[in-house]
Amino acid sequence: MNNFPWLTVIGALPALGAVVLALLPKGRDLLAKQLALGFSAVALVLALVMAAQYDPAGGFQFVEQHNWIPAFGVHYALGVDGIGIILVLMTALLTPVVILASWNDAEGGRRSVKTYFALMLVLEALALGVFSATDVFLFYLLFEATLIPIYFLIGSYGGPRRSYAAVKFLIYSLVGGLLMLAAIVGLYAISVTQTNGNPSFLLSALTQLSIDPATQKWLFAGFFVAFAIKAPMWPLHTWLPDAAREATPGTSVLLVSILDKIGTFGMIRFCLQLFPEASKWATPVVLALAVISVLYGAILAIGQKDLMRLIAYSSVSHFGVIVLGIFAMTSVGQTGATFYMLNHGLSTAALFLIAGYMIARRGSARIADFGGVDKVAPVLSGTFLFACLSGLALPGLATFVSEFLALSGTFTRYRVPAIIATTAIILAALYMLLVYQRTMTGPVTPAVEKMHDLRPRELAAVVPLVLVIIVLGLFPKPVINVIAPAVDSTMTRVGVTDPKPPVPVTAPSEGAK
Amino acid sequence: MTTSVSAMVLASEQAGQASGVFSLMWLIVAIPALSAAVILLSGRAGKSWGHLLGCAAPIASFVLGATMFFAMLGRGPEERAVEQQLYTFIPLPSYHVTAGLLLDQLSVCFVLLITGVGSIIHVYSVGYMAHDERRKRFFGYLNLFVAAMLLLVLANDFLVVFIGWEGVGLASYLLIGFWQHKPSAATAAKKAFVVNRVGDVGLSLAVMLMLATFGTSSFAGVFGHVGAAGTGIATALGFLLLLGACGKSAQFPLQSWLLDAMEGPTPVSALIHAATMVTAGVYLVTRSNAIYDQAPAAQTAVVLVGTITLLMGAVIGCAKDDIKKALAGSTMSQIGYMMLAAGLGPAGYAFAIFHLLTHGFFKADMFLGAGSVMHGMNDEVNMRRYGALRKYLPITFGTFAVGYLAIIGIPPFAGFFSKDKIIEAAFSSNVWIGLCALIGAGITAFYMTRLMYMTFLGHKRWAKDTHPHESPPVMTVPLILLSVLSIVGGAGLAYAGGGIVSWLEPVVGEKHLEPPLSVAAMTALTLAVVALGVAAAWWFVARREVPVEAPVKVSPITTAARKDLYGDAFNEVVLMRPGQEVTRGLVAFDNRGVDGVVNGLAAFVGGLSGMVRRVQTGFVRSYALVMFGGAALVVVAMLLVRLS
Repeated sequence: MNNFPWLTVIGALPALGAVVLALLPKGRDLLAKQLALGFSAVALVLALVMAAQYDPAGGFQFVEQHNWIPAFGVHYALGVDGIGIILVLMTALLTPVVILASWNDAEGGRRSVKTYFALMLVLEALALGVFSATDVFLFYLLFEATLIPIYFLIGSYGGPRRSYAAVKFLIYSLVGGLLMLAAIVGLYAISVTQTNGNPSFLLSALTQLSIDPATQKWLFAGFFVAFAIKAPMWPLHTWLPDAAREATPGTSVLLVSILDKIGTFGMIRFCLQLFPEASKWATPVVLALAVISVLYGAILAIGQKDLMRLIAYSSVSHFGVIVLGIFAMTSVGQTGATFYMLNHGLSTAALFLIAGYMIARRGSARIADFGGVDKVAPVLSGTFLFACLSGLALPGLATFVSEFLALSGTFTRYRVPAIIATTAIILAALYMLLVYQRTMTGPVTPAVEKMHDLRPRELAAVVPLVLVIIVLGLFPKPVINVIAPAVDSTMTRVGVTDPKPPVPVTAPSEGAK
Repeated sequence: MTTSVSAMVLASEQAGQASGVFSLMWLIVAIPALSAAVILLSGRAGKSWGHLLGCAAPIASFVLGATMFFAMLGRGPEERAVEQQLYTFIPLPSYHVTAGLLLDQLSVCFVLLITGVGSIIHVYSVGYMAHDERRKRFFGYLNLFVAAMLLLVLANDFLVVFIGWEGVGLASYLLIGFWQHKPSAATAAKKAFVVNRVGDVGLSLAVMLMLATFGTSSFAGVFGHVGAAGTGIATALGFLLLLGACGKSAQFPLQSWLLDAMEGPTPVSALIHAATMVTAGVYLVTRSNAIYDQAPAAQTAVVLVGTITLLMGAVIGCAKDDIKKALAGSTMSQIGYMMLAAGLGPAGYAFAIFHLLTHGFFKADMFLGAGSVMHGMNDEVNMRRYGALRKYLPITFGTFAVGYLAIIGIPPFAGFFSKDKIIEAAFSSNVWIGLCALIGAGITAFYMTRLMYMTFLGHKRWAKDTHPHESPPVMTVPLILLSVLSIVGGAGLAYAGGGIVSWLEPVVGEKHLEPPLSVAAMTALTLAVVALGVAAAWWFVARREVPVEAPVKVSPITTAARKDLYGDAFNEVVLMRPGQEVTRGLVAFDNRGVDGVVNGLAAFVGGLSGMVRRVQTGFVRSYALVMFGGAALVVVAMLLVRLS
């Protein structure tokens, strides 16, 4: 099975599903939904089968490589390391969950129901490709291509101001994409000169180039700004709250949990690996922006009156922690940051989907329009509380392990940013418990009196998220073991090592069990 | 002091691996955790048996804990500590965390307190919550609490401690807000969690500093090497851990949540907000004795925090008419005593734990007694509406009276032994601190006598349609058990088998300080001050009829005490209002500032594009050509730069 093109097959499945959906006759909405769920579920099963064969020792695995445009050195090259496979798995898990949760969300859209689910499948296929592309040009193409389905998902199925939100999102992303394109062209030019006219866009080839420091800085900036827009970092974040508010909950999950991860994924995969010197040069600025994002996002989340915007701002804060962990350049920090990408994806998905259930019932996303829901819909309230606790990184849940590792990895090298960012755990408690209090507790308000509790389908969509968040919170070892070797090779590439503790302790029980 | 450090190293670095009965250690935590999960997920079916399973779980843990305690008794003092490594939690080379448990002389005290007093309170709750339709959920939360608290005291790595630490915070949040249809309960629950998170920042940063300094957060690693890290690191760790302890144990300046926490059902107040969870801060400081012994400045801070809080809590307790809030003020104050003792180092650790245990008995006794009173009085909490209840609730009265005698420190009741030791140790270390502790004892006698009189003595001041009745046996038997503990617990812990001081010595060390007066004179002095407090209460409260409405014209001190010494007012002015302003300001800034620039830019580009519209033909191929041309231009430019 070693030569089986796992990544291509897993990515092609949802794409095929999208084609099948497109060919369905009108009016077969239910069949379209079932097929969408089926294709994404099979992709998940295959992804799990593939992951079972992944060797945690590290390195790129399930590698496929074919020449595509030899003249430019472009390859169809796929492969995943420990970071990539985690995000591939997350994408494969979240898509069926989102499809199940969004069962009835497309009915009022401008386009047909089957298009909605077909677009989701297209997005899944592209995202899987982005996380496994090892050719920079291929990555770029897929990266830009994700804009198409997500643009239509926001613009065609969202709230009243969806066009504004979709265009705003598109312009932001295009600006970032253009900067990255310029940087890629620059890389190409360097590749041409340094390889005597045999350029290659393969990541492995590009990391061999020696780029002079000044050029590195410019190219780094091109990539970084594109990724900082994606991951939304302050001050490039303002597209996210609008998009999250106007999009359907399922779209918001795909956008924030999956697509935004391309930003932080890209920082590790491309910014650090291609431009190690420039990355070190930019670290102070990036850390400052990350710390601002952490606090700014948290404070704005406290001030929000809209459920979806609140979740979006909380994500700005959490992305700040992820970026902090990445640029702290410690193994603990980067492992935590990568783990947080997964956990933030799951946790935010739970928040968006359950908030979506609430909004669908109440017909409003305003926090003030709820109150006392716990009394009438305890399961809805209980799952929402769980998602909130995961959002505030309660110890025992997966988000805590990753947030703590990211922050403490930062602390070992950069005390002040870590201390400032850690105070955000107070703010997180505030915005999460405030929204729970305002919506779920207190006397039952007339508007929610008739609200029914979660339906089995709705519950079935969130239960997998809840389970994974709990299990990884108590037993994070398998995932950390997969991530750690990839982080080590990134750090070797950048040329940094962990700061040595001044009073090292050799634990007697280390590795005993 | 050096003896205690080496003792610590011995206790945790050379803790034996769990075998025999000790290999079941993990079950102590797992049983209530599993039970909580089963109860909470059981749906309607669990209504008929949820409370029974809920009681069985802590009892099972208690039996396990007691068995292990007796097994420990059979071993020599240096062989009693037993470790059980469960699994690798974090496998990184730079940060390796093993989820493991440490049962030693210190943690076994807590295991027995949590599961013993916890079981009694569970049984009581069967009766107390009998009419609540969500009783099943209540027991699920209680079990969750017990599991988290046991993890907190049994974990052998600070990161794992932190999981239990916030776990009890979650349980506390859920239980304070158990009647969350009341906005006051929901607000109090959130406040408790958020204030605790302030403390948790301290604990988080402490673990981070451990990682940065030692590369580990295990007890063995940190305590064994903190001496080599220098006073600076030890002091920083000491202050950070103290911040965490202040949050959890409601010590100044993070005390404000505890009084509001009385919104929770009374068994919760007894178990979490009196007997166990709020003492976790004392546990943390005592457990970290190896750190504090290296950090005199942090120890002084612990003493000061304890002293301030013991006086604050006592003063607040004097002015409250709500029986639960009066008791909550008292809890703050008593934990202040424990903190004070813990701050004294090896001279005080054992006394801190001693008082923690006796306080667990008598305060749980009194809180449950208060619950029994409320049960008979239509959930009335205002003591001005009580009076003369001794005839109507004889068992409650009798058991409460035992708790009363125990807390004010009358021999031979439990509190006498433990509090007397703390006052003595405080005097030996510093006369002023000792005086504060002594005055605190007097105020304690005052407010407890006031409470006792207003509730059980004097005349009826009941509201209409109040028919007080004694609680059912499922509630009174737990009261009797706790009052027995409040009688014999003090002398038992002080003397049985060499006493708690020598029991704890291998873990926390021991140091005897000479008090300025003889022990007998100290005891006499303390008892005299207590008598003064009782007499003052009689003079001010019992001489005339208790007014049903709280008097308006009162001294400034009373006004301040009624308002919790302005703790909330301070928070509101210094934190809440400015915080709200900042939030409002930033929201406006985000809409007009950051987004305004973007939208302005968009408008500008829009205008510009109007001018260049002629270039836009609408043909995709010409766009593609332009893009290609642009890209080619960049390539050329780059190549030129490289080639030149």
